[in-house]
Amino acid sequence: MVENVTPTIKDNMREPIKASEIDPKFKYQLTKMHGAEKLLKCFQCGTCTSDCPVARYSDSYRPRTILHMARLGLKERVLKSDTLWLCAACFTCTDRCPQDVEVASVIRVLRNLAAEEGFFPAVFKDQCASVLESGYAFKIPELRIKKRETLGLPSLPKGNPESIKKSLKGVNFMKHMKNKGESPAKQ
Amino acid sequence: MNPLPNSKYLIFLGCAIPYRVSAYEISSRKVLVKLGVELIEMPEFNCCGLPLDPVSHETMMILAARNLALAEQQSLNILTLCPGCAGSLKKVNKILKEDKTLREQINGHLKESGLEFKGTIEAKHLLQVLKEDVGIDNIKKAVVKPLTMLKVAEHNGCHILRPKEYIGFDDPEDPQTLKALVEATGATCLDYIDETECCGAPSVGVSDKVALQLAKDKLSHVKQVDAQALITICPFCHIMYDTNELRIEKMFNEVYGIPVLHYPQLLGLALGMTPEELAFSELRVSAKKLLEQVNEGAK
Repeated sequence: MVENVTPTIKDNMREPIKASEIDPKFKYQLTKMHGAEKLLKCFQCGTCTSDCPVARYSDSYRPRTILHMARLGLKERVLKSDTLWLCAACFTCTDRCPQDVEVASVIRVLRNLAAEEGFFPAVFKDQCASVLESGYAFKIPELRIKKRETLGLPSLPKGNPESIKKSLKGVNFMKHMKNKGESPAKQ
Repeated sequence: MNPLPNSKYLIFLGCAIPYRVSAYEISSRKVLVKLGVELIEMPEFNCCGLPLDPVSHETMMILAARNLALAEQQSLNILTLCPGCAGSLKKVNKILKEDKTLREQINGHLKESGLEFKGTIEAKHLLQVLKEDVGIDNIKKAVVKPLTMLKVAEHNGCHILRPKEYIGFDDPEDPQTLKALVEATGATCLDYIDETECCGAPSVGVSDKVALQLAKDKLSHVKQVDAQALITICPFCHIMYDTNELRIEKMFNEVYGIPVLHYPQLLGLALGMTPEELAFSELRVSAKKLLEQVNEGAK
């Protein structure tokens, strides 16, 4: 079976906790970020995990645990964990959370922070490179573009890479796009 | 109230559809034109932003806002075929209309390329346009070949329904729109276990195991009620069930053979279009048997 989980990031959700690894202000850093404002309302009921389709088949992905670890201040562990990347963004947890925590958005905020530090699956780098080159997240093969005509479809609008690059040049994440070809998921 | 016309839209294709799901585009265009919805091509657009949201929310918002700003220049609302694109555009549209600080922040980035988000248009998914603008009664009236011989199952997928706060045109727990649209063709729409469950597509590439297991569950539940086809409205869900069906059958040692139709393909048949016009040949799982049943039933 194919398992493309970034292999260099260790699953570290279940190791014993040392006081020295706790960042007590991490939760306040998170609640200032768009989407994670309501993190502190979480009362650990577990609705998110019990209704999560991914948690059903993954033995490590548990949204409740991730939120708990984030609140405890286990910043490094959460951000370096590959389980963070299993969320399918179905938003079931967000819609069913009795505390309106927007669980999926908190997960996204954590992923964004992990990505800023260089921890993210390589597939995102490919997609970002494609957007910067063509405007599309997937490289649409020339053959497909030409085939549109024979299928009776209007020609595909050209993306505007120069304009897109200008819009995105101030974004922090773009710093990872300078060293193309280098594995981003390194520890 | 939205002052812009609701029978004329800019069509937003996104990336996945031109990349590998042309049957959805072909059938959607045919059906919409037949039902009196005029489609205008966007002179320029880019990725909706959703694929990059996990790594950079800011990038996602800028990309979505770019598309909205480009559409604003045309003074037309957007129609998307992909619920992921609809979700991304709707969400960013709502956030930037309501949150002045974020709007200024994103516009600061857009200014670099001479664009500005003003918040003057709406984005809608195909399903919403069919329900709200064309109307289910009008679709029923347009049906010339009722598909009463068919019993099918529908799959909404997640992003057409959730998060409710941003999408909110149907009930995410018990959605009715797609069911009503399927039944408007004359077909019976069957209930089955876990109808609103995720297809797993976003987990492909991170954990194929989890993704394919979710898709397998869906196919099993649909088979359980003897559905003749599964009806989707999302390019990613379609890839999970149609493109990957054979792979899932091999992996789990099961046989499904369930054709997966894009909703406009089903509707197109009821509107009297041919399988050729609706690009049935692009489907990976053959719909031959289903089409024979349609032909026999129509005699």
